[in-house]
Amino acid sequence: MEQRAIADTLKVQFPEEVLDIIEHHDQVGVLLRPDRIVPILRWLRDTDYLCMDHLRALCGVDNKRRQTSYSERFEVVYQLYSTSLRHGIRLRVLLPEEDAHVESAVSLWPGANWLEREVFDMFGIRFDNHPNMRRVLLPDDWVGHPLLKEYPLKGKKEWQGLVDLKKLARELDQHGFYPPPLADEKKTVPVKTVAKAVKAAVAVEPTDGTAPAEKMAKTLRERDQA
Amino acid sequence: MSDTARQTVEVPVATGDEDRYRLRMGPQHPATHGVLRVDLELDGETIVACDPQVGYLHRGIEKLAENRTYAQALILTDRLDYIAAMSNNCGFCVAVEKLLAISPPLRARYIRTIVNEMSRLSSHLLWLATHALDIGAMTVFLYCFREREMLLELFEELCGARLTFSYPRIGGVRQDVSASFISGLQHFIDIFPEKILEYETLIDTNRIWLKRTVGIGKVSAEEALGLGLTGACLRASGVDYDIRKHQPYDAYDLVDFEVPIAMEGDSYARYRCRMEEMRQSVRILQQCVDQLPPGPIVSEDAPDLHMSQRIIPFREARVSSYGTALIALSHKTKPTYPSGDIYVATEVPKGELGFYIISDGSPRAYRMHIRSPSFIHISALPALSEGGLVADLITNIGSIDVVLGESDR
Repeated sequence: MEQRAIADTLKVQFPEEVLDIIEHHDQVGVLLRPDRIVPILRWLRDTDYLCMDHLRALCGVDNKRRQTSYSERFEVVYQLYSTSLRHGIRLRVLLPEEDAHVESAVSLWPGANWLEREVFDMFGIRFDNHPNMRRVLLPDDWVGHPLLKEYPLKGKKEWQGLVDLKKLARELDQHGFYPPPLADEKKTVPVKTVAKAVKAAVAVEPTDGTAPAEKMAKTLRERDQA
Repeated sequence: MSDTARQTVEVPVATGDEDRYRLRMGPQHPATHGVLRVDLELDGETIVACDPQVGYLHRGIEKLAENRTYAQALILTDRLDYIAAMSNNCGFCVAVEKLLAISPPLRARYIRTIVNEMSRLSSHLLWLATHALDIGAMTVFLYCFREREMLLELFEELCGARLTFSYPRIGGVRQDVSASFISGLQHFIDIFPEKILEYETLIDTNRIWLKRTVGIGKVSAEEALGLGLTGACLRASGVDYDIRKHQPYDAYDLVDFEVPIAMEGDSYARYRCRMEEMRQSVRILQQCVDQLPPGPIVSEDAPDLHMSQRIIPFREARVSSYGTALIALSHKTKPTYPSGDIYVATEVPKGELGFYIISDGSPRAYRMHIRSPSFIHISALPALSEGGLVADLITNIGSIDVVLGESDR
């Protein structure tokens, strides 16, 4: 079936849910209200002449900085495809900024489980009746949702987990291959410093009448005393 | 010890589930093929619950892609499935070309098909090598790496890189293929079918291999679709779904090949599917080498790196069809890019790699979602493994063929 025809059939079947049909590059997207998304998905999957058995992708979208004809902040986008009839459609569910939540599709496709967790992780959109609504890619104690438009590309400070880990690594370094020198150990002057002293002595013209070689010896003496 | 102290010692009372315990497998474990952690609840050797944990390699590629032009975001796709980086590059280019309405020339489409199939072969060889090694067949590992090295050397000759190529460009490819590359590829095509036979002689009817794979990680066609499995994992369950046939891109509609399908849905069927896929890849490569047409390798509409939106008059001094068309490809730019959204999927070695790109008319993607097969395959791991043995979990991780770079993005 043509995508446009599928969208029209969907509009006939669920007239109150379909808000708009948008066509772009021979791909059709249907804008939907969030309330009855699971019945719509079930109808698309189980109707014989549609048979959309493959949920290709499920993702969230933040509309904050985008010119749209509607005011809703978030979208959840479902890409459906029928492996037997070789047609597909895109469903775009509009969600408000306040308390964004939508019914979970895990009961229809178990594979939607992690996809929905990812949407929650990245956007903070909640899925009702989801078996395990936790973050999936980021750590559980992460603050914020990275794919929101106001979330910066680079943060001002490091994540606390990494700071703690670095501190622990420094502590463990005491027992590692290259332990830091103890305080009472005699300091050895690195070769670099010696080379620097020699270079400085040669380069600088003496002002107090001492020869460069004498000055170098003096510098080295000072180094030994230190 | 005094008598009072002895009295405080508690003796554990049997409750009936002493054999139950938790085991954290990974993230640094040789059989997890990357940084995958699997939290297991075990009853003896049997897996009661299996909870994979991903995210160790999360780099925010989707967020980064929103802050770069399409041409600049190409290098991010190398870092998805680093075993088959060329397939990711091609998939991204196909998606952006469809969004920006750019059609690559025929020669570029053939070259891309060649590199796509080469990368499929190199990915499948690595899969077979490590999968066999996990199960205990050491020799196959060495043989596979011998042939994979040939492919990597061909890649190196083509674009100078062995792992992260960034060779395809939006609107074509970067450089033309040389005659020595074609002759090297022809040599590979000539000898490789015998090598596949060699691997099969080693493990196809090997009793240990059969015991470790037949009937392990079984999924029916319906379950596989529900779990979102794609690629060879889905075809091994009897579903005829190959995007190269369903929605052809590049030159796949111009070459003749078959899609191998098995009905059993177990690890052995997935192994058989991938082996047959390698034969078909060789077939596609031979046809591409024979049919490779002359002509330019990059479209005139191809954008430059900055994808500037100023209208610059088209200059005649174009990049020649041979030689280095590095990045700046043409000075003809369009005033704005079309806005809208598009979902384009390609068949990469691991399964269906989809790019959902929303454009708002700027040269940067407003939102780019990557549908990565590995992420969804790992989420199917509990369904495959629960109720089985720990040893079978290793087989399952190997046979669903995951790469953590692609899973975590």
